[in-house]
Amino acid sequence: MNATGPAVVAEGLTKRFRSFTAVDHLDLRIEKGEIAGFIGPNGAGKSTTIRMLCGLLRPSEGRALVAGFDVGQQPEAVREHIGYMSQKFSLYGDLTVRENLRFFGGIYRVARGEMGERTRFAITMAGLQEREDALVRTLAGGWKQRLALGCAILHRPPILFLDEPTSGVEPEARRRFWDLIHELAAGGVTILVSTHYMDEAEYCNRIALIDRGRLVALGTPGQLRSRHLGGELFEIRCTPLGAALHVLQGAAGVIDAAIFGDRLHVVLGPGGLDQAGLPGFLQEHGVSVQAVRTVTPSLEDVFVRLVSTHHGGQDSS
Amino acid sequence: MSAAAPDITILTQGLSRSFGTVAAIRKVDMAILRGEIFGLVGPDGAGKTTIMRMLAGILTPDAGAISVDGIDVVRDAESVKHHVSYMPQRFGLYEDLTVTENLFFYGELFGVSRRDRLARSRELLAAAGLLPFQDRLASQLSGGMKQKLGLVCALIHAPRILLLDEPTTGVDPVSRRDFWAILYSLRESGVTIVLSTAYMDEAERCSRLALLHAGEIRHCDTPERLKQAMPGALLAVAGPDPRTLRTLIAGRPGVLGVLLMGDRVHVRVDDPARRIPELEALFAGQGITGAVISSADPGIEDVFVALVGTQTAS
Repeated sequence: MNATGPAVVAEGLTKRFRSFTAVDHLDLRIEKGEIAGFIGPNGAGKSTTIRMLCGLLRPSEGRALVAGFDVGQQPEAVREHIGYMSQKFSLYGDLTVRENLRFFGGIYRVARGEMGERTRFAITMAGLQEREDALVRTLAGGWKQRLALGCAILHRPPILFLDEPTSGVEPEARRRFWDLIHELAAGGVTILVSTHYMDEAEYCNRIALIDRGRLVALGTPGQLRSRHLGGELFEIRCTPLGAALHVLQGAAGVIDAAIFGDRLHVVLGPGGLDQAGLPGFLQEHGVSVQAVRTVTPSLEDVFVRLVSTHHGGQDSS
Repeated sequence: MSAAAPDITILTQGLSRSFGTVAAIRKVDMAILRGEIFGLVGPDGAGKTTIMRMLAGILTPDAGAISVDGIDVVRDAESVKHHVSYMPQRFGLYEDLTVTENLFFYGELFGVSRRDRLARSRELLAAAGLLPFQDRLASQLSGGMKQKLGLVCALIHAPRILLLDEPTTGVDPVSRRDFWAILYSLRESGVTIVLSTAYMDEAERCSRLALLHAGEIRHCDTPERLKQAMPGALLAVAGPDPRTLRTLIAGRPGVLGVLLMGDRVHVRVDDPARRIPELEALFAGQGITGAVISSADPGIEDVFVALVGTQTAS
């Protein structure tokens, strides 16, 4: 692998299934040691992209280099240089921790002389000292997850793919997991995360939003939040919520309005209602307003906004 | 105990259940009010599904009492089924039936008259945005649409209480938001909703939350009051090199927790008025320019970690 080049480059990467274009001329460049997130709705082309980048699916057009290897021409070399971990940890529950590591070491063809050191590394990283001989199915979720990570990087892949790696895991264990991922990245490993969960996306250095096979937005979590909402987000406490939602949805300057718990979230763009005008406007329509404040948009707000815009208001599910 | 006060729809006291030697839930007390969206929040294995199944009358507790709409569920599990609608994690849609056929099938199962079925299914499909897909086979729907169809099927008999077990698992944010819009309109019409989720960000949408850990309710309150109960305050520190910032900040006096995010560091401190200037001085002393400290809204995950932590060290 080229020591200085980017970890992943895609140029015009395209995949068609008969008449359906799943991935449509995707251009992407991910640097070494970066944690890059892929987000997008169901069926957006996320997993097709990942499968091409893993050398499991041949592109119909365009090309991609992963760890310096062409995914279409050298898929085997690509697969030797990547690690893969999914939410459905592919561990063997009836084998012990050590046996799982030995098994995956065999699959990834880890050199015999190296196996001892790699096993110790994985066990220490997962915090599984003194549990080497426990059956994996008896372990709590956080341990399993870190063991799966250990297995996926036994062969020291320079590139690691994670598919919704922390869904359903205990919050503290999940934070520990992301600390490990950041440490790996600091050591030069490039991480590609594919997820539906915006709180996982927050751990990524850069996020690519893919919709209908196209790259719709690319940036740091902060950039996505500040650039792509189309206006400013306000939280309104008022009653009744349903009526307030109804009048706001048609009002000038309102880009988006939705109920959020016992409040409303409203995005106001230029040239219409503004923060100062909100309480009066609602009161005129019989809504009593307790408070209005600006809030930092979440990545979910941005996601919903970008995908709806891209679909031009059609049903997006 | 006496019949629930008028506004309490679901009341549990000392609810416990073990499977073999494993205590799935322990002494769960809840009082859920009419028209609430009540969230059971916790990771996989915390006991969410066990509680849901007991509320639905399909799993008997080892100990404790459950009253749903004044019915003693432990003694009379059959009656409660007319009052509640339960949507399990894998809702049994018939893949080779169309959207409308699935809905009609459930309508018949729940004993909804033909005329009500027609009117209601139209209304429900419209609310769920499924009208354009009414003749599509269930097997041809996306994950988000399947979840919405499951919800719509669970609503065909106009239940007053809705129990949803992890309804949005695997659903993307756009469909998730549509799903919640339906829940909010049900709430407006007085339906009581209990839902479980492992996703802390989703939990913020509930009116009240029970934070579940290892089979016990550790805290129960509105999202806002739970956030106020979190010890300390959350700061976001953004800068060109978050990794270095994290290393510098960790272990400083008054720092209760540090979390490295993609483009910033989240820091929980005991006293922001005192610690922000200290951190600024620390950065200046290290020659770090461009680090910006701002206060951040804690999420339910921050609250969960601060209040519940983990006793299992997993």
